[in-house]
Amino acid sequence: MTFMTLLSNLTLPVSDIVMMAAAAAAPDDVLNMEHHEASASFPPFDPQYFAGQIFWLLISFAILYFMLSRVFLPRIGQTLEERSNRIADDLDTAAQMQAQAEDASKSYERSLSDARAKAHNVAESTRASVDAELAKEMAEADALAEKQSELAETRIRKIRTEAMANIDSIAADVAQAAIEAVSGKKMTAAAVTKAIKAR
Amino acid sequence: MIRAGLDPISQFKIYKLAELKVGKYDLSFTNASFMMLLAVALIGLWMFFGTRKRELVPGRGQSFVEVTYEFVAGLVRSSAGADGLKFFPFVFSLFIFILFANMLGMIPIFFTTTSHIIVTFTLAMMVMALVVGYGVFKHGFKFLKIFWPSGIPIVILPFVSLLEVISFLSRPISLSVRLWANMLAGHILLKLFAGFCIMMVTAFGLFPGALGAIIPFTLTFALIPLEFLVAFVQAYVFALLTSVYLSDALHPGH
Repeated sequence: MTFMTLLSNLTLPVSDIVMMAAAAAAPDDVLNMEHHEASASFPPFDPQYFAGQIFWLLISFAILYFMLSRVFLPRIGQTLEERSNRIADDLDTAAQMQAQAEDASKSYERSLSDARAKAHNVAESTRASVDAELAKEMAEADALAEKQSELAETRIRKIRTEAMANIDSIAADVAQAAIEAVSGKKMTAAAVTKAIKAR
Repeated sequence: MIRAGLDPISQFKIYKLAELKVGKYDLSFTNASFMMLLAVALIGLWMFFGTRKRELVPGRGQSFVEVTYEFVAGLVRSSAGADGLKFFPFVFSLFIFILFANMLGMIPIFFTTTSHIIVTFTLAMMVMALVVGYGVFKHGFKFLKIFWPSGIPIVILPFVSLLEVISFLSRPISLSVRLWANMLAGHILLKLFAGFCIMMVTAFGLFPGALGAIIPFTLTFALIPLEFLVAFVQAYVFALLTSVYLSDALHPGH
């Protein structure tokens, strides 16, 4: 009986402890009976049920195996696969969308810089035309002023020459009056004029 | 009756629930058979409720099932390679069956299926049968390469081969005894320390007895989470070693 030797090795310490601990309370015959009962057949080694254990284990395991391999595991695997596919798809879509967004932002920036350049051009050309107009008007105004000042000058010159022309007759008048007052002699205007011109 | 309840071995006893005899074999439906079918039924329920909705964004039950799936799939993939995934349903069934059997055993009164050597040995032999069967079916004579490692000097090759043969033959034993002994020892210890508490009180009365029960009570308290850990780890180790052995069948001569 190899089972018995193994059994006694396994159960002796256990039974001893049980016996020692229970000795204080339990009557001897109960202890002996229990000890006997425990060691009579160690259930995990009892060959009486070996066939039945194997039989029922194989049945249970077969049921479990077919249940899992035919129904549940494929179902879980499918769910997981669907999810990973979905995630991959979503990632693809996200990448695509990101590319689109990048394109859009690129074209937006391009149009923005175009617009900016155009605005710059417009401003530049406006400024040039305004400058040109300004210069033209300046030139016109200058020309006008020149003409007017020329006119004024000629008039002044005319007035001056007229005044210069009158001055002789005035001087002659003044001299005639002065001579008359000083000497009491009357001189003709022509003589006075002749005398002045002679000087 | 109290004495019998305190006996740490009686929890492993098998009772017939329904008699069934086929020829000379006693195939009676017992409490052990009941626990096996209960484990299968609970796994079925769990899986059913976990996969019922099949949502894109999983709920709590569904993600629990999926995490378990990924866990075992990752285990198989890492130890047997991507082509090992054809054994995934088998490894998953083994893992989940042992896990449920171990965990159900942690519930008081419930029988622990995996505490019987014949059960764990049958599971181990299923693994070995699959390894040898698939290896021979797939590689024929080349399957013997698993005993003939490459890159070993010819002088020591016979010794290495001998060691390989011995290690191969001891695999089912180590596989089954590891699981069985862990479950058996854990349950005996738990029962023993818990029994001490009761014994102390019944033997010495509530006052000194409860004081004496403090140490065994603490130990019981500490052992329970440990046993839950062992229950999980043993299922994991069984599945892991199964994948490693299946890897041999897939790629002999490594």
